[in-house]
Amino acid sequence: MKLSTKHIIKATNLSIGYTSKKEVKTIASNLNIDLNAGNLVCLLGKNGIGKSTLLRTLTKVQPSLEGEIFINSNNLEKLNYKGFSKMVSLVLTERLPDNSLTVFELVALGRQPYTNWIGYLTTEDLQIIDDAFEKTATKHLINSKCYELSDGQLQKVLVARALTQNTPIIVLDEPTAHLDIHHTIETFTLLKKLAKNFNKTVIVSTHEINLALQLADELWLMTPTQFVSGKTDTLISNNSVQQLFDSNLISFNKTLKQFTINNS
Amino acid sequence: MLNPIKSYKNTFILLVITLILIVIINISLGSVYIPIKQIFLSFIDGQVEKESWKSIILNYRLPKAITAIIVGSGLSISGLLMQTLFRNPLAGPFVLGISSGASLGVAILILGASFLGANITVYAFTNWGHAIAAIIGAFLVLSAVMLAAIKVRNTMSILIIGLMFGSLTAAVISVLAYFSSANQLQQYLFWSFGSLGNLSWNEISALSFTFLIGISFVIFIIKPLNSLLLGENYAKSMGVNVKRTRNIILISTSLLTGAITAFSGPIAFIGLAVPHLTKLLFNTSNHKILLPAVAISGAIIMLICDSISQLPNSEYTLPINAITSLFGAPIIIWLLVRKRKVFY
Repeated sequence: MKLSTKHIIKATNLSIGYTSKKEVKTIASNLNIDLNAGNLVCLLGKNGIGKSTLLRTLTKVQPSLEGEIFINSNNLEKLNYKGFSKMVSLVLTERLPDNSLTVFELVALGRQPYTNWIGYLTTEDLQIIDDAFEKTATKHLINSKCYELSDGQLQKVLVARALTQNTPIIVLDEPTAHLDIHHTIETFTLLKKLAKNFNKTVIVSTHEINLALQLADELWLMTPTQFVSGKTDTLISNNSVQQLFDSNLISFNKTLKQFTINNS
Repeated sequence: MLNPIKSYKNTFILLVITLILIVIINISLGSVYIPIKQIFLSFIDGQVEKESWKSIILNYRLPKAITAIIVGSGLSISGLLMQTLFRNPLAGPFVLGISSGASLGVAILILGASFLGANITVYAFTNWGHAIAAIIGAFLVLSAVMLAAIKVRNTMSILIIGLMFGSLTAAVISVLAYFSSANQLQQYLFWSFGSLGNLSWNEISALSFTFLIGISFVIFIIKPLNSLLLGENYAKSMGVNVKRTRNIILISTSLLTGAITAFSGPIAFIGLAVPHLTKLLFNTSNHKILLPAVAISGAIIMLICDSISQLPNSEYTLPINAITSLFGAPIIIWLLVRKRKVFY
């Protein structure tokens, strides 16, 4: 599927947060996003800054407070769940509920937006599922039960499920939170490959800043005062990355491309 | 390309054969001994040695067996739906207070008839009246539990809320009972023991009709039920209309549990225990396989319970509710004590 490389996600003057009966709690406002297809985007920011809220808003889990979001030129609010499921697939940070699905069954669920009323898998569906196992190198796992997998294996299988959904955009909320350095790098390389070779738009929220700076095509930085988006190199050179942690404990070293502890 | 989803064909054939065998055994057991050959003869309308045998089989034992099948499958399917929807292995129509809601509907009709005036009294003693009251009762309690479930995410809290609704309805029934006549009280008490017999062919058609409506709703949500196994957020992201799925579950569970409770009394534990036994046997969470499997296993287990309650070759019959509890409670305990994880 070849997509036009323009404006896969566009939002202007976006305001995100929660509404309850008593009050409107704004987490962040004045967010501007203009993203092209085929990019790996890393969303960086401190704990509690609103990364998850932004992802939840972009993925239709909660409404925006202000501003409109356009996904592939479709207004997100007017898109129904069925239509949305063919645009964006998710890898959530929440634990899967206990069940005894096999890995194949789990990954095959990704075909649900396309299958008939009973979920019959056609040869084409099976081909796409097979393809997803191929891309994520998880074919040897297909007959295992999901509860038997290690965290690293499960994460790759969840990416495979998102791939079978065959969407131009994949959103992952802290996919490497429970992984060791080896599996973290493996996951990020996989995501980079999906963006580069298969023109997927991959949006990842993460705390792996060093990896993000090396691999991401674009960065979305959330600081208490503002939201900055742009090419990774641009944001490094114009000191935006430095703003991420407003602290005298650490500072950003441009030549090393990483945060270092200040010598006092 | 291989499709590695197991077909379970052999297990299903085995289950169906077991079901047929149990039906025959169930019909051949009872306080009057009837030879197997005579049973088959009465089915095919042949010459039966005694006319009374034919009458016992066609007007008592066969209807009872059919009722057992419907009650067993219906309650088990309701249990499976509740376990998937609430992501809780201990959910079931009885635990969540849905059966109690149905009981309350019937109790208001039987015990409260005198308060409600003559108009309702006419309907109060027909089984259709019971069915409608029970379905409404089940629907109201289940809606309340579901509303609570939207606010409360914790599955354990939902279970406790269900239990509370159960005790609330029990309390209302006690109050009603306190003010009713001995006659009404006796009538209600006998109903609440549960009984699979005593249903006329007319009542069986009514029960089957409601059962079939309930089941046909469920067939259309097999696909969303499978995606709900990953949680509501994943289900939504795969295009599932979670709200509509929830409503369909609400309607079909109320129809199944309500009608069954009205015609056969509140029957405990089947809805909770059978889905677990089936999941142990099939080792899958896929509803395409689980739904028919749970329906057949439910029928088999209900027929076994009924056969036991007949106390073969004696003239006594135990309340069916006592047998299902005797059978179900140990299974739940065993499930909880066992080290292996419980799935839903």
